[in-house]
Amino acid sequence: MNSNRHILSLLLENEAGALSRVAGLFSARAYNIESLTVAPTEDPTMSRMTIVTSGSEDVIEQITKQLNKLIEVVKVFDLNEGRHIERELMLVKVRAEGKDREEIKRTADIFRGRVIDVTDRIYTIELTGTRDKLDAFLEAIGHTQILETVRTGASGIGRGEWILRV
Amino acid sequence: MQLSGAEITLRCLAEEGVDYIFGYPGGAVLYIYDAIFNQDKVKHILVRHEQAAVHAADGYARACGRPGVALVTSGPGVTNAVTGIATAYLDSIPMVIISGQVPTRAIGLDAFQEVDTVGITRPCVKHNFLVKDVAELATTIKKAFYVATTGRPGPVLVDIPKDVSQQMAEYDYPTSVTMRSYNPVTKGHAGQIKKAVQMLLEAKRPMIYAGGGVVLGDAAPNLTKLVRHLGFPCTNTLMGLGAYPASDKQFVGMLGMHGTYEANLAMQGCDVLLAVGARFDDRVIGNPEHFFQAGRRIIHIDIDPSSISKRVKVDVPIVGNINDVVEEMLRLLAASEHKPDAAALADWWAQIDTWRGRDCLGYDRSNTEIIKPQSVIETLWKVTGGDAFVTSDVGQHQMWAAQYYRFDEPRRWINSGGLGTMGFGLPSAMGVQFAHPDATVACVTGEASIQMCIQELSTCKQYSLPIKIVNLNNRYLGMVRQWQELQHGNRQSESYMEALPDFVKLAESYGHVGFRIDRPQDVEAVMREAFALKNRTVFLDFQTDQTENVFPMVPGGKGLTEMLLGSEDL
Repeated sequence: MNSNRHILSLLLENEAGALSRVAGLFSARAYNIESLTVAPTEDPTMSRMTIVTSGSEDVIEQITKQLNKLIEVVKVFDLNEGRHIERELMLVKVRAEGKDREEIKRTADIFRGRVIDVTDRIYTIELTGTRDKLDAFLEAIGHTQILETVRTGASGIGRGEWILRV
Repeated sequence: MQLSGAEITLRCLAEEGVDYIFGYPGGAVLYIYDAIFNQDKVKHILVRHEQAAVHAADGYARACGRPGVALVTSGPGVTNAVTGIATAYLDSIPMVIISGQVPTRAIGLDAFQEVDTVGITRPCVKHNFLVKDVAELATTIKKAFYVATTGRPGPVLVDIPKDVSQQMAEYDYPTSVTMRSYNPVTKGHAGQIKKAVQMLLEAKRPMIYAGGGVVLGDAAPNLTKLVRHLGFPCTNTLMGLGAYPASDKQFVGMLGMHGTYEANLAMQGCDVLLAVGARFDDRVIGNPEHFFQAGRRIIHIDIDPSSISKRVKVDVPIVGNINDVVEEMLRLLAASEHKPDAAALADWWAQIDTWRGRDCLGYDRSNTEIIKPQSVIETLWKVTGGDAFVTSDVGQHQMWAAQYYRFDEPRRWINSGGLGTMGFGLPSAMGVQFAHPDATVACVTGEASIQMCIQELSTCKQYSLPIKIVNLNNRYLGMVRQWQELQHGNRQSESYMEALPDFVKLAESYGHVGFRIDRPQDVEAVMREAFALKNRTVFLDFQTDQTENVFPMVPGGKGLTEMLLGSEDL
């Protein structure tokens, strides 16, 4: 059984407890969870959740079915079933002193990152992209420079006319 | 009309046609109990422990098909109820549990008798609600009944803070409710049903495997028609007993861990399997890889898509209401020019009859020294004319009841199949008796299980419930001892029941009738005497053979053909 990374997109009622039902399902049934991100949609009664998980096709099928069974879940999509875009936001605080300052700025530019906060010793950089791109940036900066990172986990959306709504 | 939250709760229950609620009062539900006092539509049954309230509501639901209702207070009331809720959840029983909660302003402050009820019960309910606004109470209760009884049924909990039950609101009970996020599938896919029927007609060695979903979906009459029309062998799971009449010649017995030789071999050896409302759980298919080795095509009808291809991959999944799907199959079969392959079927039956010839449920029937537990169940069947509602606890007695009481109708066999809850038998029998006041209700139990909810003898007295308790007393945690014999070198670690009470005196102290039966020749006579006591709870304490084990047995994780048929196989 090959274990593939899947991005699941959910529409769910924007109600207290909905998130814990989803999170509880993953822990109760021992499913993998790489990241989970959730926020209300343009319709404030509904939330959109992106879950990155991994498992064999059988496991992913079970995860999808079990998510669909949750009463507050309106729709579940496996974005891997179509063409889709995935983005993650990262904020990273790096030590930027002396000659490193220029180098870090250049690297951030190459990755299309933006410096959003500056002190004489620190840059805070905002970077958006796929998980791989964010990983590559951290590698390029070098671990000794990194003071702190915060990542949102992936958000996903279908390409073109593939629209997920009720 | 302005009513208090408590009054609204009772009105809603009456609107839903609830005749009984099983409960236990406490601080957080005092307003609700006050509302109970001031009305006469819904009768409250006072149990002696919240676990029993939920089991009783559960037994009620299993016996009559209507949702059971339990009422418990906050904190320990809820935690005591959790075992009952989980029991109902694993067996998909429609139930609504109403729990009291500390006042909304006290939630989260570690208040007296506060627990996170919604959090604690979340993994063992179909859904739960915390009602924070009295204006939403009626709609929430409506939703609770709707969710509990539709799709794959299950328990739904409504947590009502004390202040919400006190506050006033305009009462208006919604006639229906729609939830955009909950639309259970009912109609099976026509193309899939057609494919399934064709597959059934092509079968050379067919098998029909029916589970609890048939009972829950009230599909037993149509399933029986289907099995008879096709002439195929049929097996039932532990939860499905009664879905197909056990006395019929096409019934090959229960299957699985303690299933019959013929049912398990036919299950393994069939070329087309029709699974109806069953879920290939680990007590049926202990080893999916072993099951897979013998190739067969599988059709699976279930209302819950997540039950399909969970442990065993199937070829033709049909998601839908079982009764409708089976009805559609019957219609297609009636219209079809094709008939099942009679010659192949005759060969298959000849094979099955050979397996039947092993008489795998045979035991030492002529023993006059010691009571064989199996004979107690067979006598129970005889004395009750096979027409009783039989509840059970969990262990050897449960398996013997399943094997030897031949259930011909659905909803007669009431046991905790999924969770395996000791203590279920007596309180669930109370619920059954309330659902069917004139029916014969027997609780088959053991001396260990019965002590887990023994306090309910008091409830039986208060409501004059004529339940007959059939205690198979072998002074052992029999099933634990059996596994220890089998898999732990017969080291009987903590499986002997010492310091047992005198059950006759115990029953008498609660105001009931008790009998102790030691000799095989007394079994039938005493049982007849007991069942003739129409208005009394009777405790029948049978001193049974301590060494008896349940056979056949497929040891845990083994294949269906790797059965042990008797102690000679150990």
